[in-house]
Amino acid sequence: MVANGTIRERAHDIVEEFGLFDDWMGKYEYLIEIGQALPSLDNRYKTEAHRIHGCQAQVWVRPEMKNGLVFYEGDSDALITKGLVALLIRVLSGQPPQEIVQADLEFLDEIGMKDHLSSTRRNGLASMVKQLKLFALAHTGSA
Amino acid sequence: MNATGAIQDHIPEKFDPAEVRNLFPALAREVYGKPLVYLDNAASSQKPQAVIDRLVRYYSSEHSNVHRGVHLLSREATDAYEAARKRVVAFINAPSEPEVLYTRGTTEGINLAASSFGPLHVGKGDVVLVSHMEHHSNIVPWQMLCETQGARVRAIPVSDTGEIIYEEFERLLSERVRLLAIAHVSNTLGTINPLKRMIRHAHDMGVPVVVDGAQAAPHMKIDVQELDCDFYAFSSHKMFGPTGIGILYAKAEHLETMPPWQGGGDMIETVAFEKTTYNDPPHKFEAGTPNIADVLGFASAIDFLEGVGQNRIAAYEQDLLAYATERLSEIEGVRLIGTATDKASVLSFLIGDIHPYDAGTILDRLGIAVRTGHHCTQPLMRRFDIPGTVRASFALYNTFDEVDALAAGVRRVKEMLG
Ligand SMILES: Cc1ncc(COP(=O)(O)O)c(C=O)c1O
Repeated sequence: MVANGTIRERAHDIVEEFGLFDDWMGKYEYLIEIGQALPSLDNRYKTEAHRIHGCQAQVWVRPEMKNGLVFYEGDSDALITKGLVALLIRVLSGQPPQEIVQADLEFLDEIGMKDHLSSTRRNGLASMVKQLKLFALAHTGSA
Repeated sequence: MNATGAIQDHIPEKFDPAEVRNLFPALAREVYGKPLVYLDNAASSQKPQAVIDRLVRYYSSEHSNVHRGVHLLSREATDAYEAARKRVVAFINAPSEPEVLYTRGTTEGINLAASSFGPLHVGKGDVVLVSHMEHHSNIVPWQMLCETQGARVRAIPVSDTGEIIYEEFERLLSERVRLLAIAHVSNTLGTINPLKRMIRHAHDMGVPVVVDGAQAAPHMKIDVQELDCDFYAFSSHKMFGPTGIGILYAKAEHLETMPPWQGGGDMIETVAFEKTTYNDPPHKFEAGTPNIADVLGFASAIDFLEGVGQNRIAAYEQDLLAYATERLSEIEGVRLIGTATDKASVLSFLIGDIHPYDAGTILDRLGIAVRTGHHCTQPLMRRFDIPGTVRASFALYNTFDEVDALAAGVRRVKEMLG
């Protein structure tokens, strides 16, 4: 499933949705729900090649180019991490590589999940973002 | 049963956790607007004001280099530094001062033993025996040694309760074992290993024993002579002292034959380009300007521990552990990892299929600091076929109310993620 709209528009929608919850618990419950709703990655793609390192949980992301756009699938064995993967996919998947490379992901801050970006969290959100962008960067020429 | 139940009546006389708590300024802080419940003591403990004050006092008015100056400040610093060594000698009942080496911590102590003592004992085709529950710090240095010596590391298997399978240990000992490296207490399972018996058996086979005491020293009285271990390594920061300082106890007979590990100032007697002669132990193994301030802070931490009373601390922590075990076991789906008969106050668990990372994240938001993951014991996690655990580890300043907070937190995690 791919959402419509630009990266900015999609991020804006997410911020609005999280804005409905005024405490951290509501926000996390919603994040967990989003994680649960993300289709699992087919086991045959859960390989070393798709593994994102630097995570306490296991995380896999599988990027693909189609018609000049980058599509991502992903998964994690921890639900909060999977929720974060789902948010990134929702914002970035189906976008032109150039846009992905340049995307600022400030929305994570606005929904109260920014501390997951710090490397000490060991959930690998930072390395995840880097991997997503690196793949896009490698394909900026083909857009 | 609640926090005012029967178990609390067992708290040793005159031990008031609330009073002890007040000595630790960090425990008064809040996280996310909630009171901090600090249950990550096995990773590192908080510091009492006395230790903090000691560091400040040293840097404010006592600082000078040791073993070097004829001036008053240097003599005073040297005296304090060496007096602290005497303090440690008494603390672990070491036979003499030269057998107590200052290190950066457990990791450095084990590496020193592996680098300097290892090659004297372990040769081609030999075996270094460790256990399946070792911290990476007590595995990797031995693998590095074995790599250069052409030897092998083998691991004593661990039972489902998290205890050394003793018959397997005895069987393995009959192979070409030249050294045993073993944890006194497991940082992941809390298991207290039957060290005295293991050391006796190892010695019967002529095998010297290196003990990783990182998790034992904060919880129990250590007596290296009673244990009769050859080496015993531990870290100050896990026992209310500063980071960056630790101890390696080593028997004098070994220190005599061991070559120096690092070269530099302080470890020499005379230096000439033709030939340098070395200082005597312990200085032979303490090259360079040492960590003077933290040595003094560590001595204060020992004063603190002995002041409260190690037996009292142990008794109180056992009560906390029993209470926590009971409260968590009541929760459906909670699975304890490490159920040895003899345990220190470390409680590892899983909640149903919930990933430890998820559990730890929610507990953190509730103000409860626990550790999640493999706890630097990946082989052990593989042994139990789990990705990691949630680990709550208790110190003397934790309370029964905090155990209740943990149990409530675990229930909340279940609601949110179960
Ligand atoms: C059992 C055990 N061994 C060794 C270590 C390493 O101690 P340090 O990091 O202080 O050198 C630890 C600490 O995490 C430990 O728990």
